[in-house]
This record gives sequence, C-alpha cells and structure tokens, in this order.
Amino acid sequence: MIDFGYTIWIPLIPILMFLFIGLTGHKYKPVISGYLGTLGLLTSAALSYYTAYQYFFNVGKVAGVYEKIIGFNVTWLRFTDTLHIDLGTLLDPISVMMLVVITTISLMVHIYSLGYMKGEKGFARFYAVLSLFSFSMLGLVLATNIFQMYIFWELVGVSSYLLISFYYEKPSAVAAGKKAFIVTRFADLGFLIGILMLSFITGTFDFKTLTDPNGAAIMQGGSAAFLGLSVMTWALLLIFIGGAGKSAMFPLHIWLPDAMEGPTPVSALIHAATMVVAGVYLVARLFTIFALSAPVALEIVGYVGGITSLFAAVIACTQNDIKRVLAFSTMSQIGYMMLALGVSGYGGEEGLGYMASMFHLFTHAMFKALLFLGAGAIIHAVHSNNMTDMGGLRKYLPWTNITFLIACLTIAGVPPLSGFWSKDEILVAAFEHNKFLFAIEFLVAGLTAFYMFRLYFNVFWGKDRHYHHAPHEAPPVMLFPLVFLAIASIFSGFIPFTSLVTSDGEAFHVGTEWIVAIPSVLIGLIGIAIAWIFYKKETAIPDKLASSFKLLYKGSLNKFYIDEIYLFVTKKIIFALISKPIAWFDRHVIDGFMNSIAFVTNFASEKIKGMQSGQLQQYAYVFVSGVVILAFVFIYLLKF
Amino acid sequence: MINSGIPLQYFLVLAAIMFFVGVYGFITRKNLITILMSIELILNSVNINFVAFNKYLYPDKLQGHFFTLFVIAVAACEAAVAIAIIINIFRRFNNIDVENVDEMKY
Repeated sequence: MIDFGYTIWIPLIPILMFLFIGLTGHKYKPVISGYLGTLGLLTSAALSYYTAYQYFFNVGKVAGVYEKIIGFNVTWLRFTDTLHIDLGTLLDPISVMMLVVITTISLMVHIYSLGYMKGEKGFARFYAVLSLFSFSMLGLVLATNIFQMYIFWELVGVSSYLLISFYYEKPSAVAAGKKAFIVTRFADLGFLIGILMLSFITGTFDFKTLTDPNGAAIMQGGSAAFLGLSVMTWALLLIFIGGAGKSAMFPLHIWLPDAMEGPTPVSALIHAATMVVAGVYLVARLFTIFALSAPVALEIVGYVGGITSLFAAVIACTQNDIKRVLAFSTMSQIGYMMLALGVSGYGGEEGLGYMASMFHLFTHAMFKALLFLGAGAIIHAVHSNNMTDMGGLRKYLPWTNITFLIACLTIAGVPPLSGFWSKDEILVAAFEHNKFLFAIEFLVAGLTAFYMFRLYFNVFWGKDRHYHHAPHEAPPVMLFPLVFLAIASIFSGFIPFTSLVTSDGEAFHVGTEWIVAIPSVLIGLIGIAIAWIFYKKETAIPDKLASSFKLLYKGSLNKFYIDEIYLFVTKKIIFALISKPIAWFDRHVIDGFMNSIAFVTNFASEKIKGMQSGQLQQYAYVFVSGVVILAFVFIYLLKF
Repeated sequence: MINSGIPLQYFLVLAAIMFFVGVYGFITRKNLITILMSIELILNSVNINFVAFNKYLYPDKLQGHFFTLFVIAVAACEAAVAIAIIINIFRRFNNIDVENVDEMKY
C-alpha cells in the first residue's frame, strides 16, 4: 500500500506558482513567468500521471472493485463530531481521471500560450491566473467533501471571471466576464441551498459516506415530501442547478458564448475541457445518491442534457464566429454527457451511461481543446474571429489543417477515432433506457457532423479572402500541443473505460452494439456530406435554405432570443415591475416615515427651546412652583 | 419631655417664614449678592428646624445639633466659592446682575 499523501502537492504547486508569479511577475521578463507556470504544471502533471498509474494498476483495486482512497485529510472546521468540514484529497476512478485530463489540457494550454500570448500586455498576469485556475480545478476534483468542492467551485468561478475579462480594456470582455460571474453565481445559490439541505438530511458532507451504496445516507430522504417530490430529490435538483450553471445547461447557458471574449487558450482550457464539465463531474460524484434515492432528479438531469444538446447544436449551425460555433458545440457535447448520466442506472451494465459519460468527458476534453487551440492558430494567422474573413487556409496552415480535420472527424464520430467510441456508448445507453432521448441524440450526432464540417470547409477550403498579409503557420511551440492533442484524440478511444471508470467500481464488459453504431456513423457521414455539398465550394444552397426556413434560421442565428428573453425578464419585468415600485416605496414611504419623525422632533424642539432661557431665576421659579404644586397634589388630592 | 414654655410651632412658623422670604428673594432679586443672602436665609431656616426638632422630639440625642454645625460649615464654604464666582462675573460684565449670565441658553 503506498501513501497517497503527496497528492496534496498536485493542487499546491500551481497555487504556489500563482503566488510567486503574481507577486514577483513584474520584476523579471514576462516570458520567464510563462516558463515558471509551465514548469509548475509539468510537475503537477507528472505527479498526476504517477498517481493514475499507481491507482489504476497497482493499489486502487481491492477484490475487483476500485475503492475510494483518502490521500490526505485535515479537519478544517469542526461543528459536531459528525458534522465537520475537512480539506483533503479523495482518489477514486473519476477524480484520478479528471486529474489526468486537467493537468494534460492545462499543460498543453500553458505551452501553447507561450506562443499565442507572446508580447501581450499582462503576460505574467495571464500565467498567474492560469495557475490559479489549475489549482482551483484540481482542488475541486480532489475534494473529499461537498463543502470543499463548493469552495473550489467558487474559486474556479473567480479565476474564470479573471480570465474572461483578461482584456479588461475591451468593454465587451468586461461585460462577458461579469455576465459569466453573475449567471454562475445565481446558479451557485441553488448549489449552496442544495448542500445545506443534503447535509441536513444526511448529517454529513463527506463524499465517501454520502455515496456509500449500503450506507445510511442513501436510505434517508424518502420520508418528507414537498410538492410531490421527496426532500432528497429537491436537494439534488438544487445541487444540479449549480452544476447546470457551471456546465452551461439550458437555460443557464447564456454566459458561455459570451465567455469567448477571453483569450483563445483560456477558452480551450476553461470553457471547453475542464471547468464547464465541473457540473457533469458534480453529478457523477453524487451519482450513487442520484441513482439510488432520487431517480426523478436523475431523469430531469437527462432531459436537461438532451434539450441543451439539441438546442445548442441547432444554434451552432448558423453562427459565424468561429469560437462561438465551438462554444455551442461544447454546450451540445456537455448535454450529451449529462444525458448519459440521466439514462444510467447504478451498478454493472446498468451503469453503462455513467461510464459513457465519463468516457465522453475524457475524449471530449482532448478533441475540444484541440479544436479551440486550432481555432486559436487560425485566429492568430488571420486576426479575425469571423468565418467570413477566412477561406482557403489549408495552403497556409498545413499542420493546423490536419489536426483540425482530425478533431472534426473525431467529434463527428467517425471510427476509429475516440469520439466514435464514447459517443457510441452514450447512444447505446440512451437506446436501452429512453428511446425519446435516443432520437434527440441521434439527430444531434448528425447536426454535430454538419456544423463542424461547415466550419472546417468554410475556413480551410473555399476561396481565398483578402488577407492583410499572407497567413503564416503557427510557431512550433503552438504546434506541439496541437499534434499532441491530435494523437490523444485518435487513440484515447481505446482506453478500456469499462474496466476503469464505472459507477460501482467493478469492471464490466460491453460489446459494440452495431444496431446503434452503424446508423450513428451513417448519420455523421451524411452530415459531413451535406456540409461538403454546401460549403466546399461556395454555393447558393445555404442561402436558399436559409430563406425557405426563414423562421428557424433567424431564430438559430439569434440564439433563439434567449439573451433577449433574459434582458426582457430582468429589465422589463423585474426592474420595471418589481424593483421600481419597491424603490418608490422605499423612497417615499419608508424614507417619508423616517423623515416625518425627524421633522416632528425638529419642529417640537424649535417650539419649546425658548424654555431654556439661561435665566437662573426662571428655572428656580418653575422648580419651586412645581414643588408647591406637587405638595398640594400629594397632600390634598391624593391624601398621603 | 422638657417644658420650656415656648411651643414647637413657634419655631416652625418662624422657620417657614424665613424659608419663603429666602425663596422669594432668590427668585426676585437681580443682584447676585442678595441672591446669596437669600440662600443663607433658606439654610438658616433649615438649621432652626433641625435644632428645634432635636430639642423637642429627641432631647437626649445630638444629631440635629451636629447637622446644623455641618450646614453652617458648608454654607461658609459655599459663600467663599460663590463670592469668587461673583467676582469673576463682575470682571467680565462690570456688574453682578444675574440676568446677564445667560450663556447657557439654547
């Protein structure tokens, strides 16, 4: 048995780097802070890989079941003997897998940014906050209890805010940062209330106790009911609201497209691969309790995921900003993961959806980070985000072209790339449990292939645009992460997730379901083919289609007016109908009451102040007359 | 009970008259010295009461006499302080009219 106490250093190294770079970054050349941050992350990554190796292949498995191991633990706040808040590291299949994902992607982004952010103002600040983010995210996945998770959850939100509004001189970036922070903060309110309810029901924060399938926590919560749902269901739904906010689930997704105002590597790291899957991770972390004591909540998770994935895929088909297409694609894929959790049961082959969700999380992190970094290379070359400014780039950017193509094929689910395997598992799980959600996902698979290849053909094929200068291929320091992630995208599908990451820790076997796999590949290919016909050469077909489906096209182009609805609700309803009357009430009634008290006091004092004349004899006169009158009263009227 | 011939009521009436004369003087006179004299009148009327009650009600005790001695001592001190204050007021206002001293009004 090896001691996993060292795992505390995996998050600690980035926070030390954050402090060091943040405090001393202005003293030396900016590029050194970049190297320092990268070095710190490299150490963390090495430790994570070592941990993963030890956990999965040496010590994690006890009698065929992967156990939850507490690597490190300190009690931070002790309220009672059972209710205390700890800080520590928890190792189980999903947290170890997330360690690998986060450190890998973060390391790649660190390396990539050395080239991408070169010469930017605030280079040291960028690396400092990137380290802060890595720390928060690693702390989040390693959390031993739900309260620690909440702390790091907020830290992740803060670092995301700092990175989105990195270009703080640009008003749109500042607005996007605020929007992301406020929207997720509102969702986190649900999370906090959910935590309080859950810990009230079960009497513990600890994940190990909470998710023990034979433990007391699972048995609780069926007793009391509110509006037809058990209290446990409500608690888990509230927690899911927090997860939905972070994971940009409909209708809390509005911040994610705007978050693309941040630097592209940040989008790759935070808004594609790691932070936005925190919601999925949260549900997976509490999966036992979801599946065993609140199946209704789990079903809702599945439907929210399904709706989001369809909704986002439709929008992605018409967006012109290259990063926004990827943002909506991310939403759609996270919807997939949520849906997979929603259609999963607990234990054995029933837990296929859980495994598929984690599998897709892993592969998606690789190929979506690749797509974003590729988009970064394109933006770096043409200095524009807009697809209409791009075209024919395959001649100028050969490496980016190939890696981007691999990523597009992966997300489209072409075998044998990794996206095929993970998406196939999700579709199988959906097929077995819920035919309606399966139909949605099947459609989304086709849409995904279509919009990704619309992007690909528009950018790399088609006519050359008028570029200010000939686009140039990215420097090697940016190409290395692209190539690395491309290789990861190709081969990560062969990782045997069924034996590593399962809902109950036990391995199970699942074959490829050809009845699902073949149609899903076919619809992917059809999507690619349609994109090929529409966009490889510029044709009039898309415009014609757009005008014949005008309503759908308009709606999709404007993101179905969700932002406008939010603005309408906040400005026209909340501000105008609630806030303004309340403000009026405050200003006129409450303030008026207080002002009138002050006025009456003032008025009365003004009237009676003449009594204080300063004339000693007057006082004495009043005093003596008072005594005489009182004496008279006491003696003759009250007869003392 | 000692029969001294003069009833207690006489002393009390005298003291009451002295007291109200003092009060009247305190309220109506404007000259600070006269006010001080009025206060002395009030104090002395109280002294008479003390002594009279002591003599008539508890002839074998001495508290009333001692209280009176204390009042006389305190009155002497008070007169010294009051005259010091009156001298300062005179330096400031060039007279000792009590109506001038109204700094402490609203």
